[in-house]
Amino acid sequence: MSVLKQKPIAIPGTSAEELAPKAASCWSCGGPVGVDALFCATCDAVQPPGTRDHFARLGLDPTFDIDVKTLEKKYFDLQRKLHPDRFATKTPRERAISQQQATSLNDAYETLADPLRRAAYIAHLKGIDVLNEGCNQIADPVVLMEAMELREAVADAKSVAQVDMIAGNAQADIDVCIKELSAAFAKNDMDEASRLTTRFKYLRKLIEEARQKKARLKAGT
Amino acid sequence: MVLLQIHEPGETPLPHAREHSLAVGIDLGTTNSVVAICRGGKAEVIRDEDGQAMVPSVVAYAADGSAVVGGLARQLLAMRPDSVISSIKRLMGRGATEIKGLAGTLPYDVDVGDGEGMVRILVAGKRLTPVEISAEILKALRARAEESLDAEVTRAVVTVPAYFDDAARGATKDAARLAGLEVLRLVNEPTAAALAYGLDKDAEGLYAVYDLGGGTFDISLLKMEKGVFQVLATGGDAALGGDDFDHALAEHFLAERAKAEGIRSPTSGEAKRILMIARAAKEDLSATEAGEWALDLGGKETIHRLTREDFEDLIRSAVKRTITLTRDVLEDAEVKPADVKGVVLVGGSTRVPLVRRMVAELFGRPALADIDPDEVVAVGAALQAAALTEGSDTLLLDVAPLSLGIETMGGLVEKIIPRNTAVPVAKAQEFTTYQDGQTAMAIHVVQGEREMVDQCRSLARFVLKGIPPMTAGAARIRVTFAVDADGLLTVSASEATTGIEQTIEVKPSYGLTEDEMAKMLEDSMIHAKDDMQARLLAESRVEAGRAAHAVSAALVVDGDLLAAGERATVEDALARVNAALAGVDRDVIDAAAEDLEKATRSFAEKRMDRGIRAALRGVAVEKLESRTKGGA
Repeated sequence: MSVLKQKPIAIPGTSAEELAPKAASCWSCGGPVGVDALFCATCDAVQPPGTRDHFARLGLDPTFDIDVKTLEKKYFDLQRKLHPDRFATKTPRERAISQQQATSLNDAYETLADPLRRAAYIAHLKGIDVLNEGCNQIADPVVLMEAMELREAVADAKSVAQVDMIAGNAQADIDVCIKELSAAFAKNDMDEASRLTTRFKYLRKLIEEARQKKARLKAGT
Repeated sequence: MVLLQIHEPGETPLPHAREHSLAVGIDLGTTNSVVAICRGGKAEVIRDEDGQAMVPSVVAYAADGSAVVGGLARQLLAMRPDSVISSIKRLMGRGATEIKGLAGTLPYDVDVGDGEGMVRILVAGKRLTPVEISAEILKALRARAEESLDAEVTRAVVTVPAYFDDAARGATKDAARLAGLEVLRLVNEPTAAALAYGLDKDAEGLYAVYDLGGGTFDISLLKMEKGVFQVLATGGDAALGGDDFDHALAEHFLAERAKAEGIRSPTSGEAKRILMIARAAKEDLSATEAGEWALDLGGKETIHRLTREDFEDLIRSAVKRTITLTRDVLEDAEVKPADVKGVVLVGGSTRVPLVRRMVAELFGRPALADIDPDEVVAVGAALQAAALTEGSDTLLLDVAPLSLGIETMGGLVEKIIPRNTAVPVAKAQEFTTYQDGQTAMAIHVVQGEREMVDQCRSLARFVLKGIPPMTAGAARIRVTFAVDADGLLTVSASEATTGIEQTIEVKPSYGLTEDEMAKMLEDSMIHAKDDMQARLLAESRVEAGRAAHAVSAALVVDGDLLAAGERATVEDALARVNAALAGVDRDVIDAAAEDLEKATRSFAEKRMDRGIRAALRGVAVEKLESRTKGGA
């Protein structure tokens, strides 16, 4: 890779930056290998995962409306080739690279399989960080109000049935939220998508709180 | 001689070294252990001449330090309690301080020392770690396999409870090493059972594996389809099992006896005998409705009558706890009991009728136990051992059973990897300094689900040194947690503004140090030195084999880049590596591989140049195509 960075070759209509990541050298045989290649075409050695986005890694179009079955199939197919179990008798270097590959695949799969994380990730790709670490601020006053009221309702609930009802409603709201997110992303309305992602996040948190409350109520009786 | 081997990408060729040695699957259980082998696609457990697959996980030490494992050791349990150890798995990865609380309830004497490091067991005048005692069991299993297969066995897949933490996993791996076994993979017991079951029954859909062994309870929820075994969630209790049923019965006997004979705490030998009788009672009451047992201690005999109903009342709370944990795992995965297509029972304790009844009640269907629950884990481990060494289409995707985090201000835990995250996984978190000029930072790694540090398991503490002095909050320290496919953790830390880096292999606070391990290997009966040499030779071979393969492949594709003389040099170096590989001299292999590397440097450069030119052409073509498409 360093070779390419040092010797950019200009040809008409292309820039060195565009070309640079198109080829790298294979760590095993030293020859050229595609940057996105999983295995060296010459010597079959497994290649490091590189820095692709999660959609590209799994060979999916970058859209919110992914087909979960397809996602799963791609993930399984890639893990079949790259999982450390396939490299148990290989060199330590190959085992380490396979672990990196499998780690990247797991990260991509787990991010995209969950609609909340997927929504936040698409926003992130577009330069908006909805779910900042430790950030629980809700900017939208309507969403904020709703969140506070529902959290109080969970805290004040006296019976499992009451908690179940709140959690059930929240789940129904999440289902609606996912449909609305799909529409917002389709229109590339990132303000709306961010708002919905925030709402999604607190609804899920609410369900988790409801679960804990239920456990406490059950333990108390 | 084969110069070139062609494999499909991702296909695992047979390793060059150790082809002669076999890889087995081992279920290292609290009460019993089983070893199995898979040959020609068929897995079978290895039995003794009496047809017994189970080896009691009991170790008896003779005065000369030699150990006896299995049925004979178990018979000695009552006669020579001071030199016999059972249920050692319960102490794997446990710290001396943790054991303190248990002292007195354990059927052997422990030396908690100053509370630091790994606990030691006092047996037959020796101070032994749980790792050494477990290694004896593994050695016995290895010997059984070697005798039965008439071949060397040096590699194994060893199963561990899914709920085992990092320290217990590390200890298990150390024990195997001490027994002369290379661990190809630690596999979670329920996952191994699912593998055996799924392949045998062609199961598809959501399955729960309910695994109640002697000392541990695991519940895993898996999605099985066409050779993929994906664990969705797992849970359990590393200190809950059939042993607890025995204890409940023993306590009941003692309480009854106290009424008649007055209270007197039993000696360690008596405690072992009472437990053996309790165990017999448990087994009888699982098959019959009622029975009668005699307790003869200190020359005084008491008779105890029990019905199955009495027995079930005694163990109900323990079984209920497994059901609660099962519900939690289903909720974690957002799965309703009715969505589960089948429930597989694993572990001898699932023979207890109350267990079967309560599991069937929860899922609304009878549980499946058509593969022997005592053998199914070892069979799964053997299948995985074959898959790892011979290649396979099946895929095991497992999760981290417990959340991993670090201590933050106020004794709180910041979770970095939440439980049920697919492994391998790596997550990074950034931290900063809180004092001007701070140059070091203490990092405390914990495992568990609670919010407070002192309620979680402390895994390791280390200090990140060499942070350049800056104002408070300016340093950016990135701590990365990586969990591998064995469920073992590595932590690395780096400072972003300077790039200072530290990688810490997390040797758990309760683990063995490298020095202790080296000493034990030296002391162990297996020829540690030979073993080490063999391992290094195997590593050199795999590495040199890889290099030779890479160069051979490159010659086929780009050989025309070399002038005749250059080509001859490369081929000569290659031939020397291949010749060295036919021998057993590690130094010769290493030297030949190094020479090959040197001989091919300019070849690699030429290939890269050609590659760049090809890439440029490729890019140009792609650009043209996309333009055409865009224009159409």
